[in-house]
Amino acid sequence: MNEDRLKQLIGEALRQVAPEVQMDQLDPAVNFRDQIDIDSVDFLSFVLALEKGVGIHIPEMDCPKLSSLNGCLSYFRGRVQG
Amino acid sequence: MERQALNEPPGGGLNIAHEAVDRHASGDTGRRVALRWLDASASPQDFTYVQLKELTDRFAQVLTQLGVGKGERVFALTGRIPALYVAALGALKAGAVFSPLFAAFGPGPVQARLTLGSARVLVTTPELYRCKVEPIRDLLPSLTQVILSDPTGTAPLPIGTARLEDLLANAIPCCPLGAATDAEDLALLHFTSGTTGRPKGALHVHGAVLGHQASARLALDLRPGDVFWCTAEPGWVTGTSYGIIAPLVVGATLLVDSQAFDAQRWLRILAEQAVDVWYTAPTALRMLRKMGVAPSAPLRQLRFIASVGEPLDAETLRWSLDVLGLPVHDNWWQTETGAIMIANRVGLDIRPGSMGRPLPGIEAAVVQRGPDGGVQVLPPGMVGELALRAGWPSMFHGYLGDPTAYQRCFVEGWYLSGDLVRRDQDGYFWFVARSDDVIKSAGHLIGPFEVESVLMEHPAVAEAAVIGRPDPVAGEIVQAFVTLKSGWEADEALRRELLIHARRRLGTALAPKELELRASLPKTRSGKLLRRLLRRHEPGIAEADLSALDEGA
Repeated sequence: MNEDRLKQLIGEALRQVAPEVQMDQLDPAVNFRDQIDIDSVDFLSFVLALEKGVGIHIPEMDCPKLSSLNGCLSYFRGRVQG
Repeated sequence: MERQALNEPPGGGLNIAHEAVDRHASGDTGRRVALRWLDASASPQDFTYVQLKELTDRFAQVLTQLGVGKGERVFALTGRIPALYVAALGALKAGAVFSPLFAAFGPGPVQARLTLGSARVLVTTPELYRCKVEPIRDLLPSLTQVILSDPTGTAPLPIGTARLEDLLANAIPCCPLGAATDAEDLALLHFTSGTTGRPKGALHVHGAVLGHQASARLALDLRPGDVFWCTAEPGWVTGTSYGIIAPLVVGATLLVDSQAFDAQRWLRILAEQAVDVWYTAPTALRMLRKMGVAPSAPLRQLRFIASVGEPLDAETLRWSLDVLGLPVHDNWWQTETGAIMIANRVGLDIRPGSMGRPLPGIEAAVVQRGPDGGVQVLPPGMVGELALRAGWPSMFHGYLGDPTAYQRCFVEGWYLSGDLVRRDQDGYFWFVARSDDVIKSAGHLIGPFEVESVLMEHPAVAEAAVIGRPDPVAGEIVQAFVTLKSGWEADEALRRELLIHARRRLGTALAPKELELRASLPKTRSGKLLRRLLRRHEPGIAEADLSALDEGA
C-alpha cells in the first residue's frame, strides 16, 4: 500500500469522528488531540475505523502509536507491505 | 456530620477556602504538598499549603482590588492548570461565587453559561479566550474582567484582558480581604443539564464543605497526607468537590494531571506518584480495560479506588481486581447533592453493580409520585425514583434565576433526583434508568435541548431530537435525528455539514457523534417530542404502544 492511499484511509477514519478535518491543514508531527477537537472516546472510534479501512487488526497496546499522522504512517509502514 | 473538625476563619463564619487551605498553612502541615501538578511530561510542580495560601490570598486580593463584591461570579474556563486552583480557592476566599466551565465546551455552551451566570470575572487562557469568548464578548455585559493565565509571559494580550501572573505579583496580600462568609453564603455555581430548556445553575453554599469533608473520609477513605488523584474535569461537580475542595479540606496532597486520558500515562502516574486514593469514572476504567494495559509492577501504595458518574459494571470491577489488585467502590451523587450521598463505602461489602448504601446522615428512599402530587415510599425490590430527605449539609440552595425549577425538585420534604432505582433487602441501591431524556455520556449529563437548539440554528433543520445511544465504553453517546425544511436535499454532504456545525458550536463532548436525517420524528398527538421512541434499545416498548401515536401530528 502506498503512502497516499494510507493517508487517504487515515483521513477517512479521522473524518468519521471529526468530519471537519482537512488533511492538508494537519501538522503531521503534532498529536491529533492537540489540533482536532476529539476526546478519548473519539480516538478509540478512530482506531476502530482505521482498522476497518486498512484491513488489519490493531492491538489495543498499539493505540498510542497512532496519535499523530506521522505516528500512523510509520506504524503502518512497519506492518503493511507493498 | 459535625463542624468540630473545622475551624472558623479569623473574621468568624465559615469559608471553604479557609477550611481547605488556610487552616493547614502552618507548622508541619504547612510544609506538606497541597497541590502536585503534573505537566505535559508528567514532571511535578509542587505547591505546599503555605504556598497555596499565599497564592490564593493574592488572588482574593486581586478580586477585592477589582471591586468584585461578595456573591459576584468568578468563572474559570481552563484545563487543569495551576491557575485554576488558585482562582477557585482565591475566589471562594474573597466571598465570590466560583463557577468552573468545561474547557472543551464550544462557544455556544460557554456563552449560555456566562450569560446565565452573569459572569463578572473570567479566568481563562489566551487560546481559549480567543476561540471561545472574544467573539462573543460584546454579548456579555456583566463580564468586566478577563484574566488570562500565561505563565511563560509571551502571549500577546488581547484588549480588555489582564495577565494573571502580573496581577498576582502586584497584589498586596496584607490588605484586609472582603466581607467574611458564613455557612449560608453562596460559594459555588455548577451548571447541570435537564431535558428541556437551558442549563440549570445549581448553587451551593459554604456550608457544603461539611459534606465534602465527611464524604471524603467515609466514601473515599481519604486521610491527611494521602496522595489523592481525582481524574474528573473541574468543570463537572466531581472535579470541583473532589478534584479541588475535599482533598485539601482533609489535608491530603491533591494530585492533578494536566493531560487528558492516556492509558499508559495513567498507570505510570499511579505508580510513580505513589497514589493512595484514586477517584475516577467507569468510562475511564473501561477504556483502560479495552486498551489491555496493566501496571508493570503491583501498585503497592494504592489503597482505595472509587468511581462515579454511571453504574460500575461487574466486568470492570472484576478487571480492576485482577489487573489493579483492588476493587472499585462505586458511588452516587449529583450536582444538586453537592457531595457523595450513596456509596460502597469503606468497610462495606461491595455489591457489584450497586451504587452502595446511603452515607451516615443521609436518608434515601425509593418513591413513586402520586396523582395527588405527593410521594409514596416503595418497598425493597420495586423500581421508583431515588429520593433524599432534604436538608443534608451539601444540598444545593437553588437554581440560579429559576426558583420554580428548584421548588419542583422537592415534594413533602423529599428531594427527587430523577434517577430511577430499586433498593434491595439490605439497603443497597441499584440504578435502573433516568426518568427523563437527559443523556449520560462518559459519566457526564448532557441536556438534549441544548444540543437540539444548536442543530436548529442551521437553516436546513426543521426539527431535531437528540438521545443517548448505548455504547460499551462511554455508557451512552449522543445521537441526533434531524428533519429538514423543504427545499433541502437529505444527502451525505448535508449530514456531514450538520455534524460539523454542531461540533463547532458545542465541542466534541456535547456534539452528536452520530446524526441521521429522517422524514419525521415521533411525537404525541399534542406535538410533544417523544425522544424515548428513538432509543432503539429501550426495553419493553411494544408495537402496540407505537400505534397509539400519530407520527408527526
